[in-house]
Amino acid sequence: MNALVLVLRAGVRDLARNRWLLAYAIVLGAIAESLFFFGGTGNQVLLSLLNATLLLVPLVALVFGTMHVYASREFVELLLAQPLPRRAVFAGLYLGLALPLAAAFVVGLGVPLALHAASSDAPWRALWYLACAGVLLTAAFAGIAMAIALRTDDRLRGMAVALGAWFVLTIGYDAAVLALVSAFGDWPLERPLLGLMLGNPVDVARVLVLTALDAAALLGYTGALFRRAFGTALGPVLAIAALMLWAVVPYLFARRRFLRRDF
Amino acid sequence: MRTEGCGGVCTDGRPAVRGARILAVLLALGAAPLAAHAQAHAHAHAQVTVMAPPAASASARPGVVVYAGLAEAVAAAAPGSTIRIAAGTYRGPTVEVRTPGLSIIGEGWPTLDGEGQRELLVVRADDVTVRGLRFVNTGVSHMQDRAALRVIESARCRILENRFRDALFAIYLQKSSGCEVRGNEIIGASRDETSNGNGIHLWYSPHTRVLDNRIRGQRDGIYFEFSRGSEARGNRSEGNRRYGLHFMFSDSCRYERNTFRANGAGVAVMYSKGVTMVGNGFLDAKGSAAYGLLLKEITDGALTGNRFAGNSTGLYLEGASRLSIADNDFVENGWAVRLMADAEDSRFVGNLFRGNGFDVATNSRTLRSSFDGNWWDAYRGYDLDRDGAGDVPHRPVRLFALVVEKHPEALILLRAPVSAVLDGAERVFPVLTPALADPRPLMRAPR
Amino acid sequence: MISFDGLRKAYGARAVLDGVSLGLVPGRVTGLVGPNGSGKTTLIKLLLGLARADAGRILLAGAPTDEDGAYRARIGYAPQSPRFPENLAIGEIVAMLRALRPTATLDESLMDDFGLRAEWATPVGTLSGGWRQKVSLACAFLFRPDVLILDEPTAGLDPIAAGVFKQAVRHAREAGRTVLITSHILSELEELADDVAFLTDGRLRFAGPVSLLLEQTGMRRLEPAIAALLGGLRLATTGPGAMGAGRDARPA
Repeated sequence: MNALVLVLRAGVRDLARNRWLLAYAIVLGAIAESLFFFGGTGNQVLLSLLNATLLLVPLVALVFGTMHVYASREFVELLLAQPLPRRAVFAGLYLGLALPLAAAFVVGLGVPLALHAASSDAPWRALWYLACAGVLLTAAFAGIAMAIALRTDDRLRGMAVALGAWFVLTIGYDAAVLALVSAFGDWPLERPLLGLMLGNPVDVARVLVLTALDAAALLGYTGALFRRAFGTALGPVLAIAALMLWAVVPYLFARRRFLRRDF
Repeated sequence: MRTEGCGGVCTDGRPAVRGARILAVLLALGAAPLAAHAQAHAHAHAQVTVMAPPAASASARPGVVVYAGLAEAVAAAAPGSTIRIAAGTYRGPTVEVRTPGLSIIGEGWPTLDGEGQRELLVVRADDVTVRGLRFVNTGVSHMQDRAALRVIESARCRILENRFRDALFAIYLQKSSGCEVRGNEIIGASRDETSNGNGIHLWYSPHTRVLDNRIRGQRDGIYFEFSRGSEARGNRSEGNRRYGLHFMFSDSCRYERNTFRANGAGVAVMYSKGVTMVGNGFLDAKGSAAYGLLLKEITDGALTGNRFAGNSTGLYLEGASRLSIADNDFVENGWAVRLMADAEDSRFVGNLFRGNGFDVATNSRTLRSSFDGNWWDAYRGYDLDRDGAGDVPHRPVRLFALVVEKHPEALILLRAPVSAVLDGAERVFPVLTPALADPRPLMRAPR
Repeated sequence: MISFDGLRKAYGARAVLDGVSLGLVPGRVTGLVGPNGSGKTTLIKLLLGLARADAGRILLAGAPTDEDGAYRARIGYAPQSPRFPENLAIGEIVAMLRALRPTATLDESLMDDFGLRAEWATPVGTLSGGWRQKVSLACAFLFRPDVLILDEPTAGLDPIAAGVFKQAVRHAREAGRTVLITSHILSELEELADDVAFLTDGRLRFAGPVSLLLEQTGMRRLEPAIAALLGGLRLATTGPGAMGAGRDARPA
């Protein structure tokens, strides 16, 4: 059997039984379930899930991902001592991390949503986007986690870098954008802002879900470029494409590092 | 109006319309259901005129006169008569009604076709009833406000259960008072604003009752100007190119249980006093200049039990004062309420705010309107004394909303964690947002 | 079978291997010894392709070890501190490694002798270090490799398991395999090793038969002999350019 598939299968089997990953799925599910329980309507629950996704998915992917890479180091060395090409080992490792993480996300959110699907007028398009966003964010941050762990041999430092990356990408980046908007409010900012949003996977994911959810709000107040981006099919397509790119780029970075580094 | 119907032979070269034969028959006073109708009119000697296919039995009936043309029938009818129009398509010059108390009643949806050329029916007499007709195809005119059915300077008209298709203006009331427009179905061609007209248009027509009509595809669904003391109830106005309801200079009007959905610019109510709006739905007005309900220069009005949902802006208040805004639902709008600085002395009580991008936005730090006892999904307080109201005031204006108000582009950060951080910081150190607060936010959603 | 030729490897400014040449011979067990940080593990990693040398080359059966890693099919490796995905059972790991080398002929004797089959379904995460070591060693021997690289193989093994392991090494030697063992326990190496290679500070200080080392240092046991070497005793055979010749190991 293909080496990639074997490494991937081992990773999936290992993480499928991982307690932390199970906890992650349960927490997501509990958040979703509690939102329904406390009487949220479809859209409201979705908004809260969006927040949970934007904060939790990157955090878990980064922290769990770096920990996982560090914990797998000896096994990786054993694998690399087998007659396998490195790229196959890397692809297997990456997918063996990203797929279980994504599956935990999908199952965690999916089960409560499925249970309540019949009783609530769920906004299916937004849900579909949220699922896409969560899975692609997972892919992106699993790659970032691997890149961090493969570049930083010291575990403590690696974890610090991972948390720093989380903070920057979920809050710091947007804070900087906000400062920029305030400072250059008199300039035409639509185009640069759209560009800046594409530069951060968390923002892309958020904007993707907003196109299905808050299009009313976004449409109501903004210039022509935003309206085209959010009000037409172009926006979601562009956002999903950007997220896919964001899933691939960290992967390539991490892979480059993996192929070159000494173990 | 020309008659067509020569047993399949055309008299004037036009294609015959089957069944479109017209009779006029005079009936004796007191003929069962029609008589009751006629008695409602002021005329003591109501006559009933029926237009129907010439049938041996019909002409044999006493008191019934069969006319060959609508225009002739209308011209010949005595005040208080009923004209019954048989099914078929009628083309011909605009019919003018100058006889008071006439009832013009279609049977089997006879169609008045303007062939894209003209108005169809003009009423210039009091107490006229028009019911059960189909009006089609007035065509577009840029020279006049061409209307399928126009009522001019006539009191107490009743326009009931007619259908309008492809009319520039469908029902046009000018300087007519005390009319009732009920149960009509108006479907416009959805042309753009410049070559489209209004569904139900009132101009200087006070005390009009507009009830249970359905309008779509027009420019404005319902248009009131200088029509005080009117009311609109149970209408459904959706998918119109401009406003679902457009309303100006009409004091003391009442709106109840109407639904305005997905109209290009929503609903605009302007320059009026004493407007009451109860139980209406303002839904899905999406766009940069679209408002669920725009209130401009409105004083002493009441908004009660309305639902604002899915709008870019739910309720927009500009120069509005002394309004009572109670028990309304604001759900999943971009902005639920936008208060401009000049809105004064309005009270928001018992309203529900759920799932809106922003609950309240304003362009000013000093606001002279009050919020008391509303339910906010964003409220995070507690109720230790268990009186049903939160012990900590709720400040509905988010700092992020102020930022967006100043820099609209910042909207791209909507629902970003940083906007929550910003709001959280402002909650702890409230220095920037207006002093506006709901001192007794409800703990449980009222509805 | 294997020859290291002028290997240099630095991590940052620190030279871990500084011109190491060494040959390993089939049918002989070579003990690689040296203090912590002397470069033993690095040498192994260079051989396995886990790390890349800055200079020098490694030949396996006369052919340079290349990038595609196919040569590693001839190597069985037991790392210093074996760890496996915690939630996989022993059986799953073994099955995976077997699937990765589908064409190899198997030698499952060590698996049987260690009694691994009794724990076949046990998740690795619940195993002690000694059990993990057993799994690792059994997997290294599993494919009847021409070359066995065993990094601190007896760490954590109980005496019985250690005995089983030593027996397996002897069988491998009899079967004509090339065996490289690093260990801190010199008495153990003394039992197993035919040749010894001694590394300090990235340089090979001695390479040759154990008997030659004892003879040259005048000691009777390996431990004091190494201590003597460490003490700075310079031997003729370890001069620059002359080191690393385990008898007929170097290719012409």
